[in-house]
Amino acid sequence: MLAKRIIPCLDVKEGQVVKGVRFRDHEIMGDIVPLAKRYADEGADELTFYDITASAHRRVVASTWIKSVAEVINIPFCVAGGIHSVEEAAKILASGADKISVNSPALSCPQLITDLANQFGKQCVVVGIDSYFDQATGEYTVHQYTGDPEATRQTQWKTVDWVKEVQRLGAGEIVLNTMNQDGVRNGYDIKQLQQVRACCRIPLIASGGAGTAAHFAEVFEQTDVDGALAASVFHKGLIAIDQLKTWLNTQSIKVRLI
Amino acid sequence: MTQTLQHRGTVIIDTRCANLSSVYFALQRIGDHPVISTDPEQLKQADRLILPGVGNAQAAMQQLERMNLISCITELTQPVLGICLGMQLMGRFSVEGHCSLLGIIKDNVVSLQRTADIRLPHMGWNCIDYHHEHPLLFHIDRGSYFYFVHSYAYPESNKYTVATCEHGQRFSAIVQKDNFIGVQFHPERSGAAGEQLLKNFLRL
Repeated sequence: MLAKRIIPCLDVKEGQVVKGVRFRDHEIMGDIVPLAKRYADEGADELTFYDITASAHRRVVASTWIKSVAEVINIPFCVAGGIHSVEEAAKILASGADKISVNSPALSCPQLITDLANQFGKQCVVVGIDSYFDQATGEYTVHQYTGDPEATRQTQWKTVDWVKEVQRLGAGEIVLNTMNQDGVRNGYDIKQLQQVRACCRIPLIASGGAGTAAHFAEVFEQTDVDGALAASVFHKGLIAIDQLKTWLNTQSIKVRLI
Repeated sequence: MTQTLQHRGTVIIDTRCANLSSVYFALQRIGDHPVISTDPEQLKQADRLILPGVGNAQAAMQQLERMNLISCITELTQPVLGICLGMQLMGRFSVEGHCSLLGIIKDNVVSLQRTADIRLPHMGWNCIDYHHEHPLLFHIDRGSYFYFVHSYAYPESNKYTVATCEHGQRFSAIVQKDNFIGVQFHPERSGAAGEQLLKNFLRL
């Protein structure tokens, strides 16, 4: 039986790890490689790097730090950030990344998901979805270019419809980031994750809202997601990954202990 | 004799697949100095070889054919470790692309079955089980976790299976025939357990 994955997310901006609240006001958390190594040693199951400025500003993440990470860590990692083409993805994978994640470019050009899956196999292709709950309409909708407050915009996609569409196009995994919860540490959006889980036949990773160890137990018990991603609670040392996994194990949640 | 031909250690066969550098770095981390090559002479002279692979079985077989490496690989007598797709390539036939494989392991690669709870690809950390001690599993306990990413696998068989894993159904996590060993998981991405397995392979 697969273990539930604990995935620290390192938002990367200009070569450093940063974290903002609700996607804004980013503060610097530290250098990429030492943080990546520390998380791997503490028992992280996977790492995700998001170059949060990349898509809006049309930059491609630098392959030098990807190679540095690949040299040092012995767990899988995924790179996201402004990947618009098969060629850009090929460079990142050749630098040592295990997966690439596409978000805004896939919304502009959904065919990109299929092209990437055909070229590298769907297991390499993660689709990140930034979902926002609109109080006025009571609906979850997909947002684009969330790395840049100036560029952020709502798309025409309802979240559940886009989840179905990306699976049809060849996505191998979905990271669902619930924007209302991001960085505020009030817990994962259980209701939305249950809705998405019901129509998601590929691995699903919860993102946004982790504040306590209990939030991780809650999301695994109530939504059957494959993994839980978090950033600030790990970066700020509020939760130690090794202690979190030891505790989850006592709660009968299957995790990999090291 | 050229300098490259003097390399006797570990050769990673360049299948033009995406995890080449991951495998290379993983071996470096445990103190090995591998080279990446498609040169048949260099392959023949290596002490041991790794056949990595990520992607599509048919595309990978076509790549090996283009490089004229099919008979070179099947005739190797040193330890050869196939990783993930590299392991599957050692088989007879794959339902992925309906293609013939290297034919070393006389078994077919089949698709894992998707059910309501069983999602594909089988992606993440899963534990292995085994009945008999094996040099590749030295200092690796039953129930150790390894990182898997695949949708196809060899079924469990009495003949070649060294260790198994379960994802909806039991399948072969490690197979062996003579000097050819295949692992369905990625030791290069499997933390301390993966490093131990690679160290064990270097000592075979």
